[in-house]
Amino acid sequence: MLTIENLHAKVESKDILKGINLNVKPGEVHAIMGPNGSGKSTLASVLAGREDFEVTEGSVEYLGNDLLDMNPAERAREGIFLAFQYPVEIPGVSTTNFLKTALNQIRKHQGLDPLDAVSFLKQMKEKMQLVEIDQSLLSRALNEGFSGGEKKRNEIFQMAMLEPKLAILDETDSGLDIDALRIVANGVNKLRTSENATIVVTHYQRLLDYIVPDYVHVLYDGRIVKSGTKELALELEEKGYDWIKETANAATI
Amino acid sequence: MSQIIISKQHQTAIEEAFLQQADLFQKTSHSTSPYVQKVRREAFANLEKLGLPGNKNEEYKYTRITRALNKHFAPENIKPAYAENAIGISQLILSGIEANILVFVNGKFSQQHSNMVSPPQEIIISTLSEAFESHTNLIERYYGKYADSKTDAFTALNTAVAEDGIFIYVPQGKVVSAPVLIYFITDTTEEKTVSQPRNLYIIEENSQVDLVESFHTVGEQEGYHNIVSEIVVNKQAVVNYHKIEIEGKDTYHTGNTHVVQTAESLFNAVTVSVSGGMIRNNLNLVIDAENCESHMYGLYMLDQETLVDNHTMVDHRKANSFSNELYKGIMDDKSKGVFNGKVYVRPDAQKTNAFQSNKNILLTDDASIDTKPQLEIWADDVKCSHGATTGQIDAEQLFYLQTRGLDKRQATALLLKAFASDVLQNIRIQPLREVLEKIISQRLQKDL
Ligand SMILES: Nc1ncnc2c1ncn2[C@@H]1O[C@H](COP(=O)(O)OP(=O)(O)O)[C@@H](O)[C@H]1O
Ligand SMILES: [Mg+2]
Repeated sequence: MLTIENLHAKVESKDILKGINLNVKPGEVHAIMGPNGSGKSTLASVLAGREDFEVTEGSVEYLGNDLLDMNPAERAREGIFLAFQYPVEIPGVSTTNFLKTALNQIRKHQGLDPLDAVSFLKQMKEKMQLVEIDQSLLSRALNEGFSGGEKKRNEIFQMAMLEPKLAILDETDSGLDIDALRIVANGVNKLRTSENATIVVTHYQRLLDYIVPDYVHVLYDGRIVKSGTKELALELEEKGYDWIKETANAATI
Repeated sequence: MSQIIISKQHQTAIEEAFLQQADLFQKTSHSTSPYVQKVRREAFANLEKLGLPGNKNEEYKYTRITRALNKHFAPENIKPAYAENAIGISQLILSGIEANILVFVNGKFSQQHSNMVSPPQEIIISTLSEAFESHTNLIERYYGKYADSKTDAFTALNTAVAEDGIFIYVPQGKVVSAPVLIYFITDTTEEKTVSQPRNLYIIEENSQVDLVESFHTVGEQEGYHNIVSEIVVNKQAVVNYHKIEIEGKDTYHTGNTHVVQTAESLFNAVTVSVSGGMIRNNLNLVIDAENCESHMYGLYMLDQETLVDNHTMVDHRKANSFSNELYKGIMDDKSKGVFNGKVYVRPDAQKTNAFQSNKNILLTDDASIDTKPQLEIWADDVKCSHGATTGQIDAEQLFYLQTRGLDKRQATALLLKAFASDVLQNIRIQPLREVLEKIISQRLQKDL
């Protein structure tokens, strides 16, 4: 469903992505790992359509369409969801405030009728249970005064509501204690179907005990330098990122 | 050669016309009380001295109101134009609310459109011209005592020529349950109009009232409102004052609201400007006793070539009072906002808390804002702060909402509504708040 070929991107004249290749099929879970600053969030942002990043080379095909040709809202309506590493605070706007509009925009795009207030609330209740999130959090200004864990849980809650085809979770595990991690992973797993796919960005193997990936890729200095199955994550955990850095640097010399 | 001396020969035609009008009025209106005549005479003298603010006037430097009036109004336009039967008035008036409705059309009270619901024991509402006759004691005690004709020419002009407006007296210990909605409607269907209403609201000890002054336009020609309101907030009284401006694009407005607060009173003001040609609001608040609390909120949400200039002044004269001010602006198209916030903390006003904030969003490159805080503090044990920000819509917030499927316009509208809600939520008259929210939502949907 997603084919990334030779993707290059830069921000403010700094090259960050330097030729990414990735192929994701429905039903798959891909983990992207790598040290800080290697370009994981940049990749996630480019896929979601952030304009600060300029794609200088390469292509991204999503469900047969040119993804790079769509604006962020069109991508969301086509089923792409980004759980942000650092979700922004929006004073005066609560999750419930925008989620109904969001959901109904997506439904409209899919040719479905808008949800009425009752069905919307019912769906909210269901998904709130799934990620064990409190109603009060959803009526507060988005992320204002939220703890790290609350922010991440809110992202997963939104994902559960919007039922994306391709979810990109950017370091959703960081800042979560083990209970929260389990809840978030459980939510993600319950939403998995043979139709949708997930890209899990993380730099710890920990999350992958709960969300078991089909493939693991190591991103370093803007390139995927190693791909494998979930054993690669264990090996990384054992040998550390220096091992990757050394092999990668050796290869470029 | 010496510099040109501003003399009578260099007066603008409009100033001369206003002075002549005032002069004639002094000579012909002998029916009112000697006190009111005296107030008018003094104001006339002040007006002659001050003249209307010219281009060099610091207080009006962003708002060239005199020039605009001179350009758009001829001497024959400035006499009152009566239009009792203006069409389309009823739809301007808030419905579905138990309220005292008072309607002025081109400065003249319209009995036909007005309706009083509160019992007279709770609140006395009359026209000012009636009060000049029937409440001479209160008039002599309060009328013209707060509106400063010595420094502001438009106050002087209004004081010199104003004949009518609303008089409100809330006796001691009364909570007026129904709000008072006063509509000032400019009807320019037949001709250009100039109206100069004048209001006096006296709220006695331990009483409470909600007041709304709402400005609207019928017709396409130029109209001008020069209004003055004096509000006396006595001990432990609570006054919620609202000024709403939804005027036509060829209307001009100079408004002066002068408030005096005495001990332990609470005054809230919400000023919302949605449309008009050129609007200048002066809100002057004198806190003349201890333990007072005051809040001033403003929202100006402008498009096209509207100019809205809010000048506020808070004068802390006594200790232990609190004032808080939040003005927010959203400027679209070629609109222009001006904010000037003066805060004085006098030597006796120790332990004053005074806060001021002005936040602006510019939606286009052609929109602009001039903002200036002006704090003058003579007391040493005080907490005062001010801040002003001007920016665009936050790109991160916009991106976030777009990744959830909202298009740019929806996301922008949502963010702007949230921005405005800080001010609008302070309107406690729910139907009024809802009407404004609706107007603003429609504007956001249309323009972006
Ligand atoms: N908006 C930006 N402006 C400038 N540099 C940026 C910006 N965003 C990311 N970078 C840089 O791009 C590199 C990759 O960052 P990022 O994608 O966040 O890495 P990761 O998510 O793998 O930790 C870093 O060197 C970072 O400093
Ligand atoms: Mg990152």
